[in-house]
Amino acid sequence: MLTLLPIDVLLISACTWLAIGVTGLAAPHNLRFVGKFLFPLGALVGLLAGLTALEFLGASPEVAVLAIGLPNLPFHLRLDNLTAVFVLLLGFTTVGISIFAAGYFRKGEGTAPGLQCLQYHFFLASMLLVLLADDAYAFMVAWEGMALSSFFLVTADHRHAEIRRAGYLYLLIAHVGAIAILLSFGVMTSGSGDYTFDGMRAQAHTPFWASLAYLLALAGFGAKAGLLPLHVWLPEAHPAAPSPVSAMMSGVMLKTAIYGLLRVSFDLAGAPQWWWGVVAMGIGLATAVFGVLYSAVQSDMKRLLAYSSIENIGLLAVGLGLTLIFHSYGMEILAALTLTAVFYHCLAHAVFKSLLFLCTGSVLHATRERSLGKLGGLIHRMPWVAWLALVGVIASAGLPPLSGFVSEWLLLQGFLFSPGLPHPWLNMVVPVAAAVVALVAALAGFAMVKFFGIVFLGQMREPALKDARDAGPWERVGLVWLAGLTLLLGVLPSTVIGLIDAATRQLLGTGLADKVDAHSWWMLAPISPARASYEPLIFLATIVAAALIGRALVRRLYHGRMRRTPAWDCGYIFRGPRAQDTAEGFSQPIRRIFEPMFRMERHFPTSRDAQPYYSVKVGDRFWYWLYLPLVRLVNGVSTLITGLQGGRIAIYLLYSFLTLIVLLLVARP
Amino acid sequence: MNADMPLSAQLINLFASVILLLAFAMLAQRRVLTLINLFALQGLTLCLSTLVVAFTTGQAHLYWSAALTLLLKALLLPWILHQLVRKLNVKSEIEALINIPATMLVGIVLVMVAFNVALPISELSQTITRGTLGIALAVVLLAFLMMITRQKAITQVVGFLSMENGLFLAATSATYGMPMVVELGIALDVLIGAIILGVFFFQIREQFDSLDIRHLEKLKER
Repeated sequence: MLTLLPIDVLLISACTWLAIGVTGLAAPHNLRFVGKFLFPLGALVGLLAGLTALEFLGASPEVAVLAIGLPNLPFHLRLDNLTAVFVLLLGFTTVGISIFAAGYFRKGEGTAPGLQCLQYHFFLASMLLVLLADDAYAFMVAWEGMALSSFFLVTADHRHAEIRRAGYLYLLIAHVGAIAILLSFGVMTSGSGDYTFDGMRAQAHTPFWASLAYLLALAGFGAKAGLLPLHVWLPEAHPAAPSPVSAMMSGVMLKTAIYGLLRVSFDLAGAPQWWWGVVAMGIGLATAVFGVLYSAVQSDMKRLLAYSSIENIGLLAVGLGLTLIFHSYGMEILAALTLTAVFYHCLAHAVFKSLLFLCTGSVLHATRERSLGKLGGLIHRMPWVAWLALVGVIASAGLPPLSGFVSEWLLLQGFLFSPGLPHPWLNMVVPVAAAVVALVAALAGFAMVKFFGIVFLGQMREPALKDARDAGPWERVGLVWLAGLTLLLGVLPSTVIGLIDAATRQLLGTGLADKVDAHSWWMLAPISPARASYEPLIFLATIVAAALIGRALVRRLYHGRMRRTPAWDCGYIFRGPRAQDTAEGFSQPIRRIFEPMFRMERHFPTSRDAQPYYSVKVGDRFWYWLYLPLVRLVNGVSTLITGLQGGRIAIYLLYSFLTLIVLLLVARP
Repeated sequence: MNADMPLSAQLINLFASVILLLAFAMLAQRRVLTLINLFALQGLTLCLSTLVVAFTTGQAHLYWSAALTLLLKALLLPWILHQLVRKLNVKSEIEALINIPATMLVGIVLVMVAFNVALPISELSQTITRGTLGIALAVVLLAFLMMITRQKAITQVVGFLSMENGLFLAATSATYGMPMVVELGIALDVLIGAIILGVFFFQIREQFDSLDIRHLEKLKER
């Protein structure tokens, strides 16, 4: 009797994804076959992987050794609870995105659908392998596969120069990050030549080398996740990519970087130092504030969401840092609390950010417009997309009763316990960090109100928007799936914490589940009900009841006297869509308050202009502080080196000849 | 010469010095066809030297190497090069970047360097052929020098192939030859390399109406 272990099922899933991708090549231009058959099949495989991970959670680790790889260095795979949580995330998010993608791809948009199908499923399979890899070699192969396939997905519409540019920037930073990760693995093998993760765990690292490995991993995975200052690819690549790809990258791929960071800092690098946490927290805070501020001032809806992803990654880094601090001082319960918050936020963000990106995809297809200034009032034409986007927006803004609130609330709970830290400086600094996190959460709410309000509410800013059509059935199913998950993550926190507890327990030795399970399933009280508790279901019921009662009251009291009229115009003569608040106008207070943070190029109209206009371009200061000087340096050095390239073959041969002679003379025994 | 040296060792040294002599002859040669013939002669001598080594040491696989050398370097490659010269109508005169006497002087310096460098290595080696390592290295460097100082693409290929001769000699003299797999691989490399370069010649001539590599200077960036 052949029994299939969960790890086998996951391997089969990865292979099936690859097979689906290759099948797509057989009929690259057959949109019907690729869209209506292959992508839903991929979604089914995703569901299988997710369910397998769900079933596995809590079990003991499984290993497998594949016969492929280098001689004497086969691929080692391992499925443990940390992996399972992220496979769960990958699988369930994929279901929604793949189903959406089934209805999304159209004829004549960039790469042939079959080819995109191959790249997309290769991307999925390599992400799964990244999570399963148990040696540095397999990890790097999968990691690079992930980077390359996503690069081709980003540049799907490669006829536009700006998209090619975005793809190049992405690939460049991905490679810089990969080098750092490779070096980190190299440090962790301690020269033993054993590249399996087991071998790394067995090494006794000195604090110096462990810290070096951690910092390299932070830089490398930070580049992929979008931590400052390696974030610049993110707001370029996400708008360039097709929407399902943006959703996949933002929702899932960024989380693989968080996975890597967790794997290295808790599992491989040895006992953490307390200052590791401070570094992660500092970078995370800076990233979160930066991300949310830039998110609030964007006028391109996908860029807005991309910056919002940066903010969420920042929050995750803050959570990770706090966990490291608690863990290094042996305060395992609190570490478990913040680590649970990190896992929860990973899940929550994966789902709601994919949902939002997919909604922008639907809007983009319906209107061919990404600029917020040309959208508006779409809730009348696209009610499905608008209401489902509202779910994502509420979650993203961190409002109860949806998923974003739970994780941010858990994180803040963790902060509230930080005065117990046995370190006077940390005692003083960490509460400030809590305040910054609260600020970020509030500004995220602002950015989300802007996103939803400008796109879906008010009047249509362009007459062409009247022809906008709602999302098709496939797209609706995908969106509903993700919105449903968001709701589930929001109202069943105790159940979800019970699931991810196995991973927390694996990394820290203790979990939150016994604390949480001590109370009823509908109440979440991470430490004790006396301190803080949260009952999402009651919250949801109250909101629903209030809405229903309000509606009933309005019906009863004003029945028959309701009429639709234009809003009161304060007596102005001119009235129309142009008189609405614009995206730029909406975020003007943020731009004003945080002016030093932005690099703005503004044009103000003067009284003598024949055609007065106002424009504002918000640029990233890091371009001017870090990247452009670096580019200038590299250009300078390469100009010097170009001098070597005379063009004469004899000279080139002379170079190698002289090198050979010198080496022979120098390396004499 | 050392009187108590066995005949085989003397033969090997003789062949090695003939190879070196031929390398100098190639460096000094002005005519393309003669150059190719010299190269074929070098291949033949290499084959003979390998045969002697194989016979003396009883290494069976060296017979195969010798046969391969004969087939490839003494017969096939010279034939291909002859064909190329005929088809391309190469001018028989070779133009050198540095004049021939100066090149020869540089070559002598290179031989001294090679012997100097090879001395400590050949002392470590236990093989009967260890004395020829310096010669092998010198042949490599001389071939390299030929590639640098000549302007015709075809002489560059001959230089490249002659360099491989030197490497082969070094392998036989230091360790009684490389493993058969490696040797086969290199032989194939050389053959394919020569064929690809032949194709390139046609392309280069098509483009520039000449095989002079100075024309390739235009190909650089900016």
